[in-house]
Amino acid sequence: MSTLPPASPHAHGGASIARTMRHVQLALLPATLFGFWLFGWPAVHLFVITVGACVLTELVCQRLMRVESSLGDGSAVLTGWLLALSLPPWAPAWIGALGGFIAIAIGKQLFGGLGQNLFNPAMVARVALLVSFPVVMTQWVAPLPMTADGAPGFGEGLQITLASPPAPDAIASASLLGHAKTELSRGVDVLHAIGAATDPLFSWVGSRAGSLGETGAIFLLAGGLYLLATGVIRWHIPLAVLAGLAIPAAIGHALDPAHYLPASAHLLSGAAILGAFFISTDYVTSPNTAFGQLVFGFGIGLLTWIIRSWGGYPEGMAFAVLLLNALTPVIDRYCRPRILGRTYRGAPIDAAAQRGVK
Amino acid sequence: MGFIDRFLRTRKFSRGIHPEDHKRPAADALVRKMPLPERLYVPLLQHVGAPAHAAVAVGDTVQKGQRIAAPQGAISAAIHAPTSGRIVAIGDIVAPHPSGLPVAAITIDSDGRDEWTTLTACADPFALEPAEIGRRVSAAGVVGLGGAAFPSAVKLSGGRDANVDLLIINGGECEPFLSCDDRLMRDRAEEAVDGIAIMLHAAGAREARIGIEDNKPEAIAAMRAAAAGHPKIRVEPVPTRYPMGSEKHLVLALTGLEVPAQGRPADVGVVVHNVATAVAVRDAVRFGRPLVSRLVTVNGACVREPGNVEVLIGTLADEVLEFCGGLRADRGAPARLLMGGPMTGMQVPSLRVPVIKGTGGILVLDADEVGLRTPGPCIRCSTCVRACPVGLLPLEIARRIRAGDLDAAVKFGLKDCIACGCCAYDCPSHIPLVQYFHHAKGELAARDRNKLRNEATKTLAQARAERLERETREKAETAARRKAGPDPQPAPAPRPAGAAAPPAGESA
Repeated sequence: MSTLPPASPHAHGGASIARTMRHVQLALLPATLFGFWLFGWPAVHLFVITVGACVLTELVCQRLMRVESSLGDGSAVLTGWLLALSLPPWAPAWIGALGGFIAIAIGKQLFGGLGQNLFNPAMVARVALLVSFPVVMTQWVAPLPMTADGAPGFGEGLQITLASPPAPDAIASASLLGHAKTELSRGVDVLHAIGAATDPLFSWVGSRAGSLGETGAIFLLAGGLYLLATGVIRWHIPLAVLAGLAIPAAIGHALDPAHYLPASAHLLSGAAILGAFFISTDYVTSPNTAFGQLVFGFGIGLLTWIIRSWGGYPEGMAFAVLLLNALTPVIDRYCRPRILGRTYRGAPIDAAAQRGVK
Repeated sequence: MGFIDRFLRTRKFSRGIHPEDHKRPAADALVRKMPLPERLYVPLLQHVGAPAHAAVAVGDTVQKGQRIAAPQGAISAAIHAPTSGRIVAIGDIVAPHPSGLPVAAITIDSDGRDEWTTLTACADPFALEPAEIGRRVSAAGVVGLGGAAFPSAVKLSGGRDANVDLLIINGGECEPFLSCDDRLMRDRAEEAVDGIAIMLHAAGAREARIGIEDNKPEAIAAMRAAAAGHPKIRVEPVPTRYPMGSEKHLVLALTGLEVPAQGRPADVGVVVHNVATAVAVRDAVRFGRPLVSRLVTVNGACVREPGNVEVLIGTLADEVLEFCGGLRADRGAPARLLMGGPMTGMQVPSLRVPVIKGTGGILVLDADEVGLRTPGPCIRCSTCVRACPVGLLPLEIARRIRAGDLDAAVKFGLKDCIACGCCAYDCPSHIPLVQYFHHAKGELAARDRNKLRNEATKTLAQARAERLERETREKAETAARRKAGPDPQPAPAPRPAGAAAPPAGESA
């Protein structure tokens, strides 16, 4: 014990960073396992490589900087986990490895390590990969469950991930958002383009093409509710993200159903649920106050809808998150809680007025 | 932005934390009375304000309740002999404070008889003038027993001047581990209510509300029964939420009124007294009995027989602990020795320090209870923002303090911090936030003192420059007059001081 007398409080509630990270990982587990099952062994290999790359990069960075290793808090594992879930499930190994390196080295350690980064590391890596390797990053495979006939086994999966042969045409597919965008550009309206793909049951259970961990909306939602129930996250950001996405989508679809996807399709496809509950809610890169979090979340939802509807990419969640991350310091500056006994402007409140109304 | 307030419910006391309370079984054990110690150490400063001035000499014999030190200045409190005996020393002892610095105290050797001095009782306190009640409370050396130890008479008589119409009695006792107020309300409810009635009369308030956290159902029932015959006194259970016992938060919870920043509850027509203070006021006014003892909670995993003990002021904490069976052998070395509760109490270097009027607890905590761990980096999770009952951004303030930018920390509300400890208690990274705030407040105080000193120097230098200039001018004028011979015109009046003073900034 130090020689200086420690100041109060002399008690602690027992919360810890490691515990928080464990809760988030537990919440991600169902959707991840579902992704493994849906996309088979290549997805498992990609996941392991991405997480491994993050852990290794963190280890090397901290060794080089001669600081104590913080692997025990589980944050590097979580970053790799989230990144892996946002990658095409049959992406080659080098995508995962490079992504893990970018996320930890550039997205996190360059800023000064845990708590210092301005941008969500997993999204930094995803966006860097997406703009650098657009073809590889948008090559989706149709679901081929692990248990189905013709699904690659462990060894075959390893070959797909490591040697990255072009995916057989038979299983190449497009995500719902990508498909709608392509068809729209060919002059086919979305109503005909997506057809049966918007069947709610189909979207909820998520047996469709997409990133490794974003398809199983119901599993992600369950995980999100678990985080809410355990108090790891609060409702403000997820609800605001979903509202920011659904409200303009509903208005757009009502005005021009041939051009704008319905709100349900927006909510249940792409990274909407994953982004709302697991990515936007990253502590480090989101605002501190309840009101600021509502602004932040709504901004992400709205921007995602704008990019999806009018932007060059079919999916915009990652871009929207990064843009709002950049705005977080501004939001924090203008959305401050009111101090007890003071007005929002900081002046002491008027005691006489209160006595009057009593 | 009132609509946001309503939406996010910031107008109510909705923040704060729910610490594990550790109050039972100590709270359920009957109060024990300590046997008379052989020697008592009574510090001269046990209250907020100026230290009392010793009114006895070494070798004097004193009776129990005899005044041994007189108040000095407007905010101070008298001190009385806790038992009968002989004064053996007046001088420094180790302070009941983390610094362990010396503090002036009167040491009394007990004669074992514990004989009271002659006391002036009063059959009907309600016939007394309110000002007279204030005088009697002051003479009895009563201070706030909730921990702050502010002289009660000052607050009581100040109530009339400030037009206070509501008396709030603080039975919140939100600090974990402590149960002395709980025990007092269960055992001496009638006396407490009688004291509250006397205080109502003295403060000139319309009604009294007793706020008790709802984790003390026995106390609520006892106080309700005692207050049944008093239409002006009401018991109001409040939610169990730390820091409910903070004056401003109890006022907010009971009335919805917000005490202005830098203000006092009197600004919104409220005065707050602790429930134990009410009993002390009753003893002082009805029986003329000064404050010489109090209830102290002895608790913590390391204590063999935790409970509440009636202790004479000046008893060494060590002896109180010994009376409670001493330390448990199976718990290893204690992690913390505390005076007061774990959230705001003080770590003391050893327990060879006396119990004073504001001591509510003697705690010996083990490592599990303290939950000490190495601090990690801030992950901006904003747990502290949600915990802060004042509405501050503890993470932002701490960041400014780490960077040495105290002015920015003040802009973020450092001076509004009540050091309740909620932020640090909930911080998942175990960052000692309150320690940062204490440090910064100390730096600020030192800086303010320096500024005052510099200003004083500046004023002196300026005055000197003005004087020199005036003297030179006067000399020149006299010389000029002498040269010109007798002048029919009167000399021009000297210029007002300061108007032509040279800037004297840098030299100071």
